[in-house]
Amino acid sequence: MAIGWAEIFCQFLVGISRSMILFIVCAGLSFILGVLRVPNIAHGSLYMIGAFATFSISKMIGGTYGFWVALALAPLLVVVVSLIAERLLFCHLYQREHLMLILFTFSVSLILGDLVKIVWGAEYRSVSPPEILKGSISLLGASVPRYNLFLIIIGPLVGIALWLFTTRTKIGKISRAAAVDREMVGVLGINVSWVFSFAFLVGCYLAGIGGALVAPTVSITLGMDHTLIIEAFLIVIIGGLGNMWGALVGSLIFGVTHSFGVLFWPQFAIVFPYMSVVIVLLLRPRGLLKSVW
Amino acid sequence: MGDKRKPSNAVWILGIIFLFLIFIPPFAPRFFTYILGLIFVTSLVAMSLNLVVGFGGMFQFHHGVFYGVSAYATALVLTKTSLATWIGFMAGPIVATLTGLIIGWFCVRLTRLYFGMLQISLGSLLWAIVFRWYSFTGGDDGIHGIRMPSLLMSLNNSYYFILAIFILSLLLMYKILKSPFGNTLQAIRDNPQRCEAVGINVRRYQLLGILIATFFAGVAGVLFVILERSVFADLLFWVLSLEILIMCLLGGWFTFFGPILGTAIIISLRTFVGKYTEYWTLILGIILILVIFFLPEGVMGYVQEVLKPKMKEVKQEEKGIDASSGIGF
Repeated sequence: MAIGWAEIFCQFLVGISRSMILFIVCAGLSFILGVLRVPNIAHGSLYMIGAFATFSISKMIGGTYGFWVALALAPLLVVVVSLIAERLLFCHLYQREHLMLILFTFSVSLILGDLVKIVWGAEYRSVSPPEILKGSISLLGASVPRYNLFLIIIGPLVGIALWLFTTRTKIGKISRAAAVDREMVGVLGINVSWVFSFAFLVGCYLAGIGGALVAPTVSITLGMDHTLIIEAFLIVIIGGLGNMWGALVGSLIFGVTHSFGVLFWPQFAIVFPYMSVVIVLLLRPRGLLKSVW
Repeated sequence: MGDKRKPSNAVWILGIIFLFLIFIPPFAPRFFTYILGLIFVTSLVAMSLNLVVGFGGMFQFHHGVFYGVSAYATALVLTKTSLATWIGFMAGPIVATLTGLIIGWFCVRLTRLYFGMLQISLGSLLWAIVFRWYSFTGGDDGIHGIRMPSLLMSLNNSYYFILAIFILSLLLMYKILKSPFGNTLQAIRDNPQRCEAVGINVRRYQLLGILIATFFAGVAGVLFVILERSVFADLLFWVLSLEILIMCLLGGWFTFFGPILGTAIIISLRTFVGKYTEYWTLILGIILILVIFFLPEGVMGYVQEVLKPKMKEVKQEEKGIDASSGIGF
């Protein structure tokens, strides 16, 4: 096989940029899992709503700024949807056991999936990236799409923002405390229900950002929620439940093994990430980094 | 188990339902017979899953894999080789149990959510292979037009065959659950630490439970091939596994017959509501949420509670006595 270093390097960067989207979504999922202990299958649907909303908003505004406005507004729409779901349904069920919560969030994802079908229809949609991010840059002999480089920059930025939020702000610290011992936080006179609601919205906002960022790279369609959510759950598990840096490590493993699979054995590329998950779980049954559970 | 000595009512009801099912095919339209057959096949998968989820307390998240693997094994033997049909029928459960042995051997090392996630990744591995290996499994096209022996050619005959195997499997599963093994499995569900302390090899029992469940899932896979005469890669996709899990939870996962009810509800919703609107999953989602909010024990659990309020009280008293004497021992 004649695969040069340039291709390998390029594929590596593409893999990392895909990992960044996974990381943003998984950080949200992991945050919700850590603070609320809810395995939220509807997270994938929120991601899908984010992508579809990005399509609609950027088409409506159009022009050079369309995508940037969509990137700002689509996650907020996702937050509105999840606020309604949280106050109406989720907040009554936090104490149930995991199997029931999985069933419940799956039914929410069924409902959201059909709502997306009603609003946007079943056709394929696509969003073009803004002018500045079109085309590719040649880097060390490899030509890398600009949009992927943009993703590689924005992923760590979101990660740092989330880290600052959880360690430097009061509400972030309270949610971390609630993740460790929620009764104690309640005893201290803090309204735990409100903290949970806020943490849930932060997680869902991240899902929305992930959906908005993925929009220009894939064809937006129904069913993208199902493919994503299973990957996201596996990443969160191998990283360590509720651990944000674990989500980063897991996403990098998942994304990079997948892109090298595409390079070396395209037919069975999807096998490699699953294989890496199996190996990690067998070596470190409770995930790579410390879980907050 | 208070109702063991006086089974008269339940047996009568089951007998009537059984007679009813026997006389359906000649009178009902073909489509209806087909849907009933599909309900039997799917509820066999759901009940085999319930052996490990409801009675074993394990997070068996990817049960559909064993069902699908068995269907593929049968289909491959019947289409790619010239072996006798019954060998194909035997191949299904055997391959499913072997897959269960391999996947289960890894999974019982972990607990709860980690168990489930490891199983999902191992199962997805299998799914990806089946989905991508076009030359062998047909990829996402699947395998169609599988030939059947002349005895099983007509839909009515396959219906009776499926019904017979279904009832036989139910009896076997009931016996297994009532056996000392079944009781141990339920004890492990309720308190694994104490079982470990009493000297039960928890992992070995769990693995055995998984093997039994995957065997019956394999039987269901063969029945699926008999009914549909085709297989496709979606059988191994995790969405189907989750749907099966939901059938258990919806029907009532601590009851024996609950999964059948759950399967019947979901399949009839899909066929009859799906006829009128393409948004049937929206309705399914709403029904599921209502069940979670108002019937946490599932539909069958609720029915049992309503039908036998006195029995339940007695049972609970018995349970209380059992529990207190259990601590002493």
